[in-house]
Amino acid sequence: MTSGAALSAQGAARDAAAIRQDFPILQQRVHGKPLVYLDNAATTQKPQAVIDRLARYYGEENANVHRGLHRLSERATDAHEKARATVQRFLNAAESREIVFVRGTTEAINLVAQTYGRAHVGAGDEIVISVMDHHSNIVPWQILCEEKHARLRIIPMNDAGELQLDEYEKLLNDRTRIVSVVHVSNALGTINPVEEIIRLAHRRGIPVLLDGAQAVAHMKVDVRALGCDFYALSGHKMLGPTGIGVLYGTSSLLNAMPPYQGGGDMISSVTFERTLYNVLPYKFEAGTPNIAGAIGLGSAIDYLTEVSLDRIAAHEHELRTYGTDALSQIPGLRLTGTAHEKAGILSFVVDGVHPHDIGTILDREGVAIRTGHHCCQPLMARLGVPATARASLALYNTREDIDALVTALDKVRGVFA
Amino acid sequence: MTADLQELYQEVILDHNKRPRNFRALEDGRKAEGYNPLCGDRFTVYLRMEDSVIKDTSFQGSGCAISKASASLMTESVKGKTLAEAEALFDRFQRMVTAPPDLPVEDLGRLSVFAGVRQFPVRVKCASLAWHTLRAAVEARNEVVSTE
Repeated sequence: MTSGAALSAQGAARDAAAIRQDFPILQQRVHGKPLVYLDNAATTQKPQAVIDRLARYYGEENANVHRGLHRLSERATDAHEKARATVQRFLNAAESREIVFVRGTTEAINLVAQTYGRAHVGAGDEIVISVMDHHSNIVPWQILCEEKHARLRIIPMNDAGELQLDEYEKLLNDRTRIVSVVHVSNALGTINPVEEIIRLAHRRGIPVLLDGAQAVAHMKVDVRALGCDFYALSGHKMLGPTGIGVLYGTSSLLNAMPPYQGGGDMISSVTFERTLYNVLPYKFEAGTPNIAGAIGLGSAIDYLTEVSLDRIAAHEHELRTYGTDALSQIPGLRLTGTAHEKAGILSFVVDGVHPHDIGTILDREGVAIRTGHHCCQPLMARLGVPATARASLALYNTREDIDALVTALDKVRGVFA
Repeated sequence: MTADLQELYQEVILDHNKRPRNFRALEDGRKAEGYNPLCGDRFTVYLRMEDSVIKDTSFQGSGCAISKASASLMTESVKGKTLAEAEALFDRFQRMVTAPPDLPVEDLGRLSVFAGVRQFPVRVKCASLAWHTLRAAVEARNEVVSTE
């Protein structure tokens, strides 16, 4: 590490202690111990700014959007559309109409499967996903394949948890209709080589969807630089509220797609004979949207941007390196997912101790981690384990959190000695 | 270690986790599979009956310490019992692991080591998985029993 990078990592570490103060939930004690929250891949905590923004919306601005002519409706609509523009800038999308608000990553992927997928996938066609995909990027495509008699093809990985691009290239053929892969693996932390995945697919004219749920709060994502056709994300994994997410799609693809759900807001005119659909993005936003959620997501993005994604990435990288070294010292502990390109996720198993027992003992020490299959059962089968324990980092985590994790893991070893 | 953790991970439980008893397949009996999707516990419980007496029972599979020890101690506890007795024992066991932590519980002999599970509501399913699976084996249900 150069001295400049070391300095900035130190700065980021100092920042993390300050950033922590912005998150009221992190100030509490659990089972009498200070809360050490290392379950950020499941959901992140919310800064006071986001909590305040939600309260302000409901306290001062609440109204339905795109309908009322009254002052409040105008303000709610304005705040809702400002949030859309914030997401657009955050992802560097070309236009704000390419930002569709949905409930989360899961709904975004289902939307693409049920609209683009149903329109373009037929009998004998193929859809490519990867072995490390979350159930939310497996099951929507399975449902589609079942309906259309199409086939799911799976990109394999090596033992370090890196996708095998040579095998991927062989999977692509003239029956491939879409490639849908996870940007950052929630169970392993692998940052997938999505630029190359996109390049190889585009060479054959195949569109690519990226599941960005675990990426957007941890690294800078530029959808145009990536060149992806769709990008899906969840607000609650990036300091925002639950129940709000985003589907980014290029306007040319979104325009050509049939609508997802029918209802209010997604139409321009309705008669019993014929309905004309609204323009983008409203064509895909039937019903009263999660207005507060979108506004809260906008303020979460403002917070992330103010801290700076580059600094967050540097901080989490430093912390992951520290955590990897510390965990590697623990006898009988094995890290699952040792990809060269990795985000702040430390997934591990301990000889002779089931992850669930690890989770219970850690919880009593105030340390919150996730244990289980992480909604990646096919990946667990590939790894040959029923479950793993996973510590996942965010901008507010510190070395002290890692130290607390290691101390608590010593207690686990004590119990199961 | 905190007192509730000590009560949960008692020596007997840790011992049965490390060296599970009756951890084998039974060729000539009924069987059922139990699955706890929350943590991935997966066990097969085997059962050989004569009339309505459990002549032999065993299990195989993988899971957390609580689920494995529970399966192990269950096989020891129900061997030689009638189905009605085993069913009654399951009821009492279930009452014990779901009782409010501050109330006294019935003495279930060696199975009493699972009283500590009361402090950990998410672990109740781990403790009762093997019992649910045993019941399915008795009924010779040809399906995977899930705790969900």
